Formats: sequence, C-alpha cells, structure tokens
Amino acid sequence: MNRKARSIMSKLLTNIVIIVIGFAMLYPVLWLFSASFKVPNTIFGDAGLIPKAFTWDNYAKGWKGIGIYSFGTFFKNSFVISLLCVAANALFCSLTAYAFARLDFVGKKVWFAVMLVTMMLPDHVTTIPRYVLFNTFGWINTFLPFVVPRILATDAFFIFLLVQFIRGLPRELDESAVMDGCNKLTVYWRILMPLTVPALITTVLFTFLWTWDDFFNQLLYLTRPELFTVPLGLRLFLDSSGISSWGSLFAMSVLSLIPCFVLFLSLQKYFVRGIATTGIKG
Amino acid sequence: MSNANYRKRKLKDNLSSYAFLLPWLVGFFALTVYPMIYSLYLSFTQYSITAPPIWVGLQNYRVMFFGTERIPRDERFLNSLAVTFRFVFISVPLKLAFALLVAMIMNRKLRLIGLYRAVYYIPTLLGGSVAIAVLWRRLFAGDGIINIILRGIGWANPPSWISNPDYALSTLIILAVWQFGSPMIIFLAGLQNIPKEYYEASSIDGAGRVRQFFSITLPGLSPIILFNFIMQMTSGFQAFTQAFIISGGNGGPLDSTMFYSLYLYLKGWGFSEMGYASAMAWVLLVIIASLTAIAFKVSGGLVSYGSGE
Repeated sequence: MNRKARSIMSKLLTNIVIIVIGFAMLYPVLWLFSASFKVPNTIFGDAGLIPKAFTWDNYAKGWKGIGIYSFGTFFKNSFVISLLCVAANALFCSLTAYAFARLDFVGKKVWFAVMLVTMMLPDHVTTIPRYVLFNTFGWINTFLPFVVPRILATDAFFIFLLVQFIRGLPRELDESAVMDGCNKLTVYWRILMPLTVPALITTVLFTFLWTWDDFFNQLLYLTRPELFTVPLGLRLFLDSSGISSWGSLFAMSVLSLIPCFVLFLSLQKYFVRGIATTGIKG
Repeated sequence: MSNANYRKRKLKDNLSSYAFLLPWLVGFFALTVYPMIYSLYLSFTQYSITAPPIWVGLQNYRVMFFGTERIPRDERFLNSLAVTFRFVFISVPLKLAFALLVAMIMNRKLRLIGLYRAVYYIPTLLGGSVAIAVLWRRLFAGDGIINIILRGIGWANPPSWISNPDYALSTLIILAVWQFGSPMIIFLAGLQNIPKEYYEASSIDGAGRVRQFFSITLPGLSPIILFNFIMQMTSGFQAFTQAFIISGGNGGPLDSTMFYSLYLYLKGWGFSEMGYASAMAWVLLVIIASLTAIAFKVSGGLVSYGSGE
C-alpha cells in the first residue's frame, strides 16, 4: 500500500512538472493569441492571457492589409504555392523512391548513395546559381522557382523516407501483380502507392509546413506585392506600419499559424513518425 | 532465349526503370551538380548578375580572412562568423540538454503522453515562422512582456533585449532553444529502446540515479545524441528568418545578430556581390563538413552502437 501510494504520488508529481513546464513553453503563443483580441493600446502593458476588453477589430483591420493588397491575396498566394509544392513532392518523390526501392537498373547503388549525400548539402551552395538560372529563364516573380525543384524531386529527405517505407512492404505484392499483367507503372500506381499513404501523408505535411514558412526563397523570388505570400505580407506589415497596428499584425500572425496548427492537430501521429524515422530538422 | 534477345530485353528493362528516375536525375544535374560547379566558379569572380563575371582568382577568399593589398580584411564577415559560431555552440547544446531532460521526465507510462508530446512540439511546429519572429521582437522589446514579468519578479532594470547589442543574440538563442521538440521526440523514441533490465540490474548492484544516467542512459543514447547534434548544428549554421525579422533585416544592433546566412544574403542581394556571396557559401559548406567530420571523430570513442558494452 505504502509503495503504491508512493508510486501514485511520484506519477502525480511528474504530471504536474510536465504541465507547469508545458504551460511556460506555450505562454508566448497563448499571449499572442489573446493579444490579437485586445484593444490595441492595452496590449503592451498586459502580460495576462484574458483580454479585459474583447474586440475583433484587429482582425478586420489586419485583413485589409497594406494599400490595395489584402491579406486575402497573401493567403491565396501562400496556399497556391504550398499546394502545388505538396502535389509535386508527393508524386515525384514517391516515383523516385519507387525506382530506388523496387526497380533494378545499372548504377542503382551509386545513384542512391549520391541521393543520400545531397540530403546533407547546405542549400547555400546552390542558392545563388539557381537564382541566376531562374532569373535567366524569366522566372522571378512567378511560382516556378518553388514548384519546378519539387517536380524534379530535389527534396531528398522525402525520397529517403518513402524508400524506407516501400522497402518494408512485402515484395510478393508486386510479384503477383506482375503475374496478373501489371507493368512497372501500374504496379506503382495500383499496388504500392495506395500502401504508402502513411509515408505520403508525412511527406505532404512537412512539404506544406516548410513551404508555408519558407521566408528566404520567397524573399528572393517574389518582389511584386500582388504575388506576396503570408510571410512576406507580415514582413511588409511590420516594416510599414507604426506602433498603432501591432494588434492587427498579431491578428494576422495568428491567422498565419492556423493552417499548420490544424494540420498538426489532425495528423499528429504522422508528424511523430516523420521526425522519428528521418530526424527531420525542426 | 538468344543472347542478343536477352540483352535487348535487359536494355529495355533498364531504360524503363530509368524513366522513373528521370525527374530526379534531371533535378540532380540541373539543380545540384551544375549549380555547385557554377557557384564554385563564381566564388573566384566578381559578379553582379547584370554584368558578366570577372575572374579575380582567390580575392574573395583572401578578403574574407586576410584582406588584400587594395581591399582591407572584411571584419563584418569575421564578425558574422563569430556571431554564428556563438549562436550554434550555445543554442545547440542547450537545446539538446532540454530535449533530453524533458524526454527523461516523460519516459514513463503516462496516460496523457500524446497530449504532452504535442504541447512540447508546438513551439517547434510554429517557431520557424515569421509570425513567431514578429512576436519575439515584441516580447523582448524594452517595454515588452518579458520585461514586465522580469520587473514583476524583482529585476528592477532589465535590459531592452532586442535593441541592446550585448543581449540581442541571446533572444535568438532563447528562441532556438525553445524549439527543442524534434530532438525531444527522437530522444523519447531512443529511451524506449534501452532495455529496462539494464536499470533493474544496476539498481540491484546499488547504482543510484546519477550513476545510471552516466553509465546506462548516456551510452545507450550516444548515437542519437550525435545524430541530433549534427542535424541541429547544420540547421543552426543556416538560420536566417528569425535573425532577419528580429533585427529588421540588418543584423543589428551593431551587427550583433548578423548571422552568416543573413550576411550572405546582404552581400549577394543587397550589395549585388554574388561572387563574394558564392565564396561565402563554399566556406560555409567546408565549415559544416569539417565540423561534422570532427563530431564523428571526437565521438568515435564515446559513441557505442549496439549492446556490446
């Protein structure tokens, strides 16, 4: 009995410690959320999490954006870029992964090793020449610099993730499909692709997240305000507005976090899988 | 089957397999190999996208570290290197320590483990965004919430973090450490793979908690610690967004938050010195590669794989 009581106490204590630290960690985000509903001139003196006077004004004002461009434009651009990248990565990374995991061809081992090396390369060594190249093509101020690299399966992380996953599927599946008259493409499309859905969801999630938050490339390639994405919109707002509009800025910041947040809450276990299997950078 | 026929089929088989690899192959050559060669070439030139590159030999590299007869050493570059090293080698160990500590607290049968893990991952999920950087800039302002709280608990004159060159970098370090979710999840998975019997056996032998930590937990996790360290170090050296937003794009105050990537961006796109920026990119590649190699080398004696020990 005594021992049981001690074990319960220790468990309770663990839970309390975790909750207290967890609350401290979430405090900045919670404060941001609450500040977005506070009356602007009361935001800064107030460390509390419950608005004393509640208002939607920040959202209404913030949504109007800067000049003639509303945040609606920025959200639309961010969604278009992110969804195109998601679709391209899901399709082309998994086709590549299928080739590495299942097909036989001359030089496969070498190419696979090369692919793993590209995973470790810092982006900076390719950034400038890619910029020069895309500039020559006239792709500045288009979405092509984001989408074309995804179509060409340059995110080796996801190829690796999908290869690992496909290797875990029983080979008998494709062998019997071949006997039934499937060719390479139909084996992939009808048999393996449906089975890799969990790994594809992980790919989709992280592609969306990284594209949505990718400030650096958007800063380089998008310079016309009508093409601005949410991160660029927030930065524009930050630079061009005075103290008075922090409330609106916070409101738009909250909105910008919602898509990632919703995806995370609804598909949490795929996040954990993605991090645990490939150690995806965070 | 005739030999020729067999070869023909084999060739066809190879070609159709390569068709699946084609997008990646094109991407590899057009967007990785060619850019790397080209940026290596550019690093020996003076180049401002509007005019053809002019060959200057080792000038860019010499300016970075030594200076030439005509051009003095680039002190801003050396400063950005120092700032980035400070950032990486303070934030990464702290981040891993927090990640391990929290993972160890959570490593027991908890009913709400899923919820806890999610809550602790949220900063990592959101932390890379411009939105959180904007928030940070405001939280750590002189009249920001952090100082209100600090005054509340008795620090009469806290610094105005963001605008004070002595403290600005620390806000970025705090922001990085705050995002310890990924290594935490990896540690948690690693802890669950250490056999419980090890702990039971050692406690029968009279080993205390601290002893167990150093002789079971740390060795058991060592490959994972190394992996986490390299991953976090690599991304730490490339950090950009947070420094850009928090400093207003100039790495200030007084270059105290001038991260390497930020300086590279300013050189390449602000001053149109793309040759110099390319040289910087190659120096960064060499730094990251050497540090990774050193990490492997140094850890050689410390990391234990498998259960042989």
